Amino acid sequence: MPNTYGFVPREPLIFEHSVPGRRGVELPPLDVPEAELPPEEYLRDELPLPEVSETDVVRHFTRLSQLNFAVDIGFYPLGSCTMKYNPKVNDAIANLAGFLHLHPYQDETTVQGILRLMYELQAWLGEIAGLPAVTLQPSAGAHGELTGVLIIHAYHTSKGRRRHVILVPDSAHGTNPATVAMVGYRTVSIPTGADGNMDLDALKAALNEDVAGLMITNPSTLGLFEEHILEVAEAIHSVDGLIYMDGANMNAMVGVAKPGDLGMDILHYNLHKTFSVPHGGGGPGAGATAVRADLARFLPVPVVAKEGDRYYLDYDRPESIGRVRAFYGNVNNMVRGYVYMRMLGREGLEDMSRTAVLNANYIRVQLQDLYDLPYDRICKHEVVFSGKRQAKKGVRTLDIAKRLIDFGIHPPTIYFPLIVEEALMIEPTETESKATLDHFIAVMRRIAEEAEIDPDTVRSAPHVTPVRRLDEARAARRPVLRWTPEGAS
Amino acid sequence: MRYTPHTEAERQAMLKAIGVERIEDLFADIPAQVRFPSLDLPEGMSELEAQRLFAALAAENATVATHPCFLGAGAYYHFTPALLTHLLFRGEFYTAYTPYQPEISQGTLQVIFEFQTLVCQLTGMDVANASMYDGSTALAEAALMAVRLTRSRRTRLLISEAVHPEYRDVVATYSQGMDIELVPIPFDRRNGTTDVEAVRAALNEHTAALIVQYPNFFGQIEPLGQLGELIHGVGGHFVVSADPVALGLLKPPGDFGADIVTAEGQSLGIPLMYGGPYVGLFATRMKHVRQMPGRVAGQTVDIEGRRGFVLTLQAREQHIRREKATSNICTNEALIATAVTIYLSAVGRHGLRQVANLCYHKAHYLAQRLTALDGYELAFEGPFVREFAVRTPVPPAELNRYLWETHGIIGGYDLERAYPELKNHWLLTATEMNARADIDRLVEAVAGYPGSPAPSR
Repeated sequence: MPNTYGFVPREPLIFEHSVPGRRGVELPPLDVPEAELPPEEYLRDELPLPEVSETDVVRHFTRLSQLNFAVDIGFYPLGSCTMKYNPKVNDAIANLAGFLHLHPYQDETTVQGILRLMYELQAWLGEIAGLPAVTLQPSAGAHGELTGVLIIHAYHTSKGRRRHVILVPDSAHGTNPATVAMVGYRTVSIPTGADGNMDLDALKAALNEDVAGLMITNPSTLGLFEEHILEVAEAIHSVDGLIYMDGANMNAMVGVAKPGDLGMDILHYNLHKTFSVPHGGGGPGAGATAVRADLARFLPVPVVAKEGDRYYLDYDRPESIGRVRAFYGNVNNMVRGYVYMRMLGREGLEDMSRTAVLNANYIRVQLQDLYDLPYDRICKHEVVFSGKRQAKKGVRTLDIAKRLIDFGIHPPTIYFPLIVEEALMIEPTETESKATLDHFIAVMRRIAEEAEIDPDTVRSAPHVTPVRRLDEARAARRPVLRWTPEGAS
Repeated sequence: MRYTPHTEAERQAMLKAIGVERIEDLFADIPAQVRFPSLDLPEGMSELEAQRLFAALAAENATVATHPCFLGAGAYYHFTPALLTHLLFRGEFYTAYTPYQPEISQGTLQVIFEFQTLVCQLTGMDVANASMYDGSTALAEAALMAVRLTRSRRTRLLISEAVHPEYRDVVATYSQGMDIELVPIPFDRRNGTTDVEAVRAALNEHTAALIVQYPNFFGQIEPLGQLGELIHGVGGHFVVSADPVALGLLKPPGDFGADIVTAEGQSLGIPLMYGGPYVGLFATRMKHVRQMPGRVAGQTVDIEGRRGFVLTLQAREQHIRREKATSNICTNEALIATAVTIYLSAVGRHGLRQVANLCYHKAHYLAQRLTALDGYELAFEGPFVREFAVRTPVPPAELNRYLWETHGIIGGYDLERAYPELKNHWLLTATEMNARADIDRLVEAVAGYPGSPAPSR
């Protein structure tokens, strides 16, 4: 069938472009004598990969890219994900040959530049956290959580005891309880009080000698600072538990308060959130983890260390939890994050968090008359509304989210945190202009109005996208998870 | 440099709208004694200054692009076609996040669907996920999944010592909080592959899985058929960590009944980047899909009947299942998976075979020339693909230092680092990036090493 869609992007699968015998990128001819191949029984008969030309490949992926929304296209207030602008200089520097083409097992004397960068990054992250010992090895936030909870496990093991429980507030990301389970602990959930803080009485009631620690997100996923954080820390430490702070929301905290000063023992960063590493369609991230000085002995091996003016990888750490991945982490993303930190410097980093909070509060006050605000107080870097007023009219939060797409705006995070009915979690970030925020506010106000007078338009959104609402139930009921020649459509 | 665009007038207008005087008033909820700490950090800089500062740091590193390199051991220097970098850095891929809103994420979702298909094609498996952090964590997740597949009734895992030592460390780290028994299986000193008799002796009805690498850490090709039969004989699962480039040549693990296949995808066009970000490939059987960790994209239709893709089977994942999830993974390596998808499309059926063949013949040429030198011989019998171990008459660490200092060559991996019993064993690799002249240069440099023992003849 000829393409009748004009410039409306519509793209077959790469496999559907394939023609037997067609070739793409060519490799150089063999310049050494041929060796005898292994016996036939070791060799595969067919290699069922696509056969397409270079032109096919470039057009295919360019067209696919055009089916995406992205930070480079427009406003992306996806709560908890910190979709700030990603400066292009980060990538220009990360792509220097001197960072790109280094083998992880090269002799340390030949990679002093990258080791120095990693060492300095550890120091910057330690200073911002008020937790001086840092590992850069975790690949993403959840990987940092795993590292942190393994450190909690190692701490108790070093004291000759096995504890079984980790406390997690009911507003937490799903990664927290999932991580707890991976280390063999049981999660006990702590409810959130009417003021949006963790319920201190419930926390104290749950405390006993079987509690290994607490995982806390601060600011919480409600976008609110835990106002009783010092008391929480004291309570956990009273049973010799450790506090792990999920740093997903560190974009509100840089130069505002040091987690170490708040009594936190362990913190993970998401370099891809707070320090502007592009999110890449779902990763890669980088999940550096910082700990109290006396917990440094448990960090994964190796740690980047310095002796005199020589940088090296320190493997001599007998109490380490071990490696959490091969090699040293997502190094090229460390370069990106560190470039961002160096360019902003102290004042720029302080301005970053303060402005992120300013922007979220600006949205809060401009929308709170039309959307229900479950916790009416100053928020931090994100604001969580409830769409329950609109839901009563038959327009659900999902519909509001889809309608935003019609106005060229990426929807916020929806239906999370779970404790807020019809949640809309909006994180504008500091890199957005007042004009962008005002546009978003105007659109949200209009949608609230549409929910009253023209709900069908909202419920049938989006209207101008390459595909419209997709049948997710069908995808799960009859999973088609790969292309096959037989199933070609 | 700052990326906060407000003018002072705009800031004031916003503060007024909020009803506070100063931005600091928005932080009254922070305990006063810890609020606004002083950060002991230097001031910022412009883009030009940053470019200069970091270019100087980059220049302190010696790159494999300018020095012949024979290091592999889990990370390999391969050719990256220009189109890959060009396409990958399109902001539409690069500055998007997890495709939570499918209507405006069909690009990423279709790429994931294509990636899953390519991983299945390469490994000979039914179903693959959207990626794991790297090859080592993919293997660790496979180990945990193998235990879950037995409803955690079996907790004994056999892991070959011919699996990458760092991968074994990661499996140990991931399983330390669980009641999992990790049983190391020695390798056969003659052919460098997993000791089949030791496997047989270690198997019992509590064994959840056997974990091997293909080709293994020494480059040797494991007898997957035999090993698979053994573990299946006691009702356990067969977990294989594979080299995707070698799969351009070798029978895929799926043909030998593997239950889970993982791989490090870095070899598929991804630069070395001092160890990351890379990408973990993870594939399994359709019947096991509900225990698979990580995201997965599936095909469906929209309300107008058009084909489209969505994230699916999310009832396995942490944001739905929380403590009952199959893994805690959230952010994965989507962009590197995109790069792998572009690479495999660009080189295609013909090109990947060609890469595998170039690696094979160059590695064998290197092995043949090196073992013609006195005192150098292959450490193991049996076929290898692109990596091999040689016994050396002198410590590899000294040889590597000499090669670097006098010839600017990045030598091989000293196996004694991870295997104390393999003193004077050197692991070398060759890929399409090693021209014949570089290989000849390496061999001549080794021949000229002044510490070499005098020829015996």
